Amino acid sequence: MYSFEIESPTSVADAVAALGQEEAQALGGGQTLIPSLKARLASPAVLVSLKNIDEIKGVSSDGGTVTIGGGTTHATVAEEVADSYPALSALAGNIGDPAVRNRGTIGGSLANNDPSACYPAAALASGATIVTNTREIAADDYFQGMFTTALEEGEIITSVRLPVPEKAAYVKFEQPASRFALVGVFVAKFADGVRVAVTGASEEGVFRWTEAEEALSGNFSADALSGLSVPADGMIGDLHGSGEYRAHLVAVLTKRAVAAAG
Amino acid sequence: MPKDHGIGAAQKRREDVRFLTGAGRYTDDISAYGQTYCVFLRSDVAHGTINSIDTSDAEAMPGVVRIFTGKDFEGIGGLPCGWQVTDKHGEPMKEPGHPVLAQGKVRHVGDPFAAVVADSLEEARNAAEAIVYDIEELPAVVDMKAALAEGATKVHDDLSDNLCYDWHLGSDQAAIDEAFANAAHVTTLELINNRLVANPMEPRVALGEYNRANDESTLYTTSQNPHVIRLLMGAFVLGIPEHKLRVVAPDVGGGFGTKIFHYAEEAFVTFASRQINRPVKWTSTRSEAFMSDAHGRDHVTKIELALDADNNFIGLRTDTLANMGAYLSTFSSSVPTWLHGTLMAGNYKTPAIQVNVRAVFTNTVPVDAYRGAGRPEATFQLERLVDKAARELGVDPIALRRQNFIESFPYATPVAVEYDTGDYVATMDKLEEMIDRPGFEARRKESEAKGKLRGLGINCYIEACGIAPSNLVGQLGARAGLYDAATVRVNATGSISVMVGAHSHGQGHETAFPQVVAEMLGIDESMIDIVHGDSSKIPFGMGTYGSRSLAVCGSAMVRATEKIINKAKKIAGHLLEASDADIELKDGKFTVAGTDKSVAWGDVTLAAYVPHNYPLEDIEPGLEETAFYDPSNFTYPSGAYACEVEVDPETGRVTIESFAAADDFGNVVNPMIVEGQVHGGIGQGIGQALLESCIYDENGQLLSASYMDYAMPRAEDVPFYKVDHSCVTPCTHNPLGVKGCGEAGAIGSPPAVVNAVIDALASGGFNVEHIDMPVSPHRVWKAMQG
Ligand SMILES: Cc1cc2nc3c(=O)[nH]c(=O)nc-3n(C[C@H](O)[C@H](O)[C@H](O)COP(=O)(O)OP(=O)(O)OC[C@H]3O[C@@H](n4cnc5c(N)ncnc54)[C@H](O)[C@@H]3O)c2cc1C
Repeated sequence: MYSFEIESPTSVADAVAALGQEEAQALGGGQTLIPSLKARLASPAVLVSLKNIDEIKGVSSDGGTVTIGGGTTHATVAEEVADSYPALSALAGNIGDPAVRNRGTIGGSLANNDPSACYPAAALASGATIVTNTREIAADDYFQGMFTTALEEGEIITSVRLPVPEKAAYVKFEQPASRFALVGVFVAKFADGVRVAVTGASEEGVFRWTEAEEALSGNFSADALSGLSVPADGMIGDLHGSGEYRAHLVAVLTKRAVAAAG
Repeated sequence: MPKDHGIGAAQKRREDVRFLTGAGRYTDDISAYGQTYCVFLRSDVAHGTINSIDTSDAEAMPGVVRIFTGKDFEGIGGLPCGWQVTDKHGEPMKEPGHPVLAQGKVRHVGDPFAAVVADSLEEARNAAEAIVYDIEELPAVVDMKAALAEGATKVHDDLSDNLCYDWHLGSDQAAIDEAFANAAHVTTLELINNRLVANPMEPRVALGEYNRANDESTLYTTSQNPHVIRLLMGAFVLGIPEHKLRVVAPDVGGGFGTKIFHYAEEAFVTFASRQINRPVKWTSTRSEAFMSDAHGRDHVTKIELALDADNNFIGLRTDTLANMGAYLSTFSSSVPTWLHGTLMAGNYKTPAIQVNVRAVFTNTVPVDAYRGAGRPEATFQLERLVDKAARELGVDPIALRRQNFIESFPYATPVAVEYDTGDYVATMDKLEEMIDRPGFEARRKESEAKGKLRGLGINCYIEACGIAPSNLVGQLGARAGLYDAATVRVNATGSISVMVGAHSHGQGHETAFPQVVAEMLGIDESMIDIVHGDSSKIPFGMGTYGSRSLAVCGSAMVRATEKIINKAKKIAGHLLEASDADIELKDGKFTVAGTDKSVAWGDVTLAAYVPHNYPLEDIEPGLEETAFYDPSNFTYPSGAYACEVEVDPETGRVTIESFAAADDFGNVVNPMIVEGQVHGGIGQGIGQALLESCIYDENGQLLSASYMDYAMPRAEDVPFYKVDHSCVTPCTHNPLGVKGCGEAGAIGSPPAVVNAVIDALASGGFNVEHIDMPVSPHRVWKAMQG
């Protein structure tokens, strides 16, 4: 770790101001950022901790939408949306281990947009809106490839609004070492159609499997997917699985997610 | 009634109180006044020429005390290899130099070529980044076959090629040829025993402290064998005589073999502390551990079994390539040879066996002993092969094994060892009883109903531990004796300190060893403590590895305790005015046989130290005895293991549904500790079978260099084990009749897991001959694609 200054503002406005400094970076739960600082892979001059900003924490539920503060931990999400959005609760409750879940935040996860992370699948499948200090971004516009998002420098995710589907499930096939998603599929059925988001698989990061969405929108059952597959081209191939294997898993897990959504 | 004291009692481990309450004192917990911190600059290429290292900018950085490079170690010894293997032509193995800091060339990713010593760790890291170096990358050899090919890049320019040795063991060629010529059936298998990283929870640490006042150096280090380190480092590397060198291995958070060896960092901190006259500490990061702790396994094997028309095993031959990595680590050369070839008979009376092993240098981290060391490699290939033979012949895999079991002991194998005792039928019977084999078909149906394929995998194992008769291993090339030693110091009030050469880093010696002494003396364990891990306190013993502690060091402790008893009887005889031949020791009381005249343990020990009424003309005061014990043979634990798995045919994911182990460890001192050792061993075996894999790319870059990519087993990956060690054939040649249980689980479990996966796939109509470990979901899926 290189040395850095740390600030802990208590309002979004102060945090935005602090992030205006030279080489400043936001610190959420630190579950991604701190390891990379320790390995000296990042060297921000100032860390702006979002931990003390109450206005970006907590969960509220309003009719068909849950709104989650950007600084809300995975553990809190798992607990608070257990009734309102069970599939999301299950997803959050299976990220990492208790220590990770008690610190890591949804805002940090979405800002980081790790290609194997879980939340991006939920946000994209739910058709979420990412709310920042300056604007609102539709999930479809937000995710722009591995570790790349629509966020501008210094922009803070203040909350995420997720429309609650009628039925939904997330099925995660764990990478054996990291236990992130080797492939994860989030299926969300709304009155006006089905959305399927896939994480872990593509070199482009989280994506929507539109063919599956179309098939499922007409007939929300695993059978509707038979014969459908994603091309192995452009899928991640690494120590833990080839592109072909990931493509295969996308189809298997999507069926399972549909079955689990009921 | 189970015993609650002495031999056989399942006493809770007394050391766990400190470990579980954070009171353990590990090497990194030790800090010395004026301590400096050291950071190594390690090669990021697998092979390269060091053109220049410019430390001038770095030296000017804040807090830097001194920067060292390979030049500082010119004229200083290299890291030695402790075992010289002689090849099949009678030539000694090739033994390249292994400097403390690389000189001229770097030979693997992680090879240290400079070290910064500074006032703080941060300053040392900063300065290390400021060192300017020019290392010209050379082509690397990673694959063993490629390394042996004509014209391959050489890891060591001064050697003729990358072959360390070409070794064989066993029956002569004519006998082997005859067996295969007469075979009714030959089963052949080619497989890989995957390279592993031991990953003890505590990474390696070394703290060197030089005392100018008496010219003494102390090394605190994460070691399984402080005396071995003192010997190797003092005599071969730094030239420090034993009386000026103290090696302390305090609490050590797991070793698994990888902390046996003498490492560059230990020599460095000891050397540097003498140079700068300040203590120097190095603490490995987890990333460094991946590229500097000796790795394990990494064999590529072709094995063939010849069977006659009645399915009797008549011949076995193997051809193995064993990866040594870039340098010879301390015991590396012995692992694929004397710790592997000698076990190839397994539990079977195969009359003709020939083992061929070629050890190969590559541009990778050195490979050495890891829990089981050679025996897991032997067991895996043999037990996979026997399973494959059963499948090919359409016979029951248990019946085929039973038919070929060795049944009379002692048994001299064709591969140089003599099993003293065992009962393979008994452990197999026990196993069958434990696993409800008749119920398997029903369980398979239940799995099928859930869309899963269920498989049952069985295997046996035999291993050799309790290394070893010194005269024998000396002939085989060991450069050290392999006895052990114990000093039993009875204090005036009757309490006892036992100083032992064995080191405890998870094995529970602090609990089990006192149980033995307590049993012999008839006193309570709470009066007895074990002292270990400090060369200035303990007699010269060889430490802990190869499941030897109780069999070898425990035997030394028994011998020393016998001497104590003999002397104490003389004192008691004097106090009771009787002949010592008539004195009986029972329940901590010395009694004149056939009378009610007695004297208590404490009275005798007090008399020894306050010898007012004492036979001074016959015996010396005091009550302290040392014994060295050199075993006359290895010990041969054996057993039968079974694993049931479910395979998800859609994803290839394997889950372990049950695992049973029936072991014969000889006599058992503490069944709870034995059970824990077996659990841990099986956990590591399952890790090897399903998860763990150390992978290099073709340029020698380590791809599995962190826990993001190196998969360790977790609690959720293992089932609740069923273990049994009630089949007992006591070791015939050590006083306790014990064999050793530390490695059995890791040796015996991988084949059971893989055999079970193959069985599961077969039940689904997938005719898969073999899947290399780790049997990951991806590999299973690929195998199912054909
Ligand atoms: C052992 C382990 C296991 C894990 N397993 C999983 C898993 O299975 N699935 C999974 O999805 N994730 C997993 N993670 C990642 C975890 O979810 C992280 O918490 C998350 O990715 C990052 O969130 P954070 O709050 O910790 O962000 P930080 O690490 O603090 O920051 C990450 C990045 O986001 C930025 N940032 C943080 N908060 C905001 C904000 N509100 N607005 C804008 N930018 C922000 C930071 O500047 C930084 O660039 C795991 C992590 C660990 C350590």
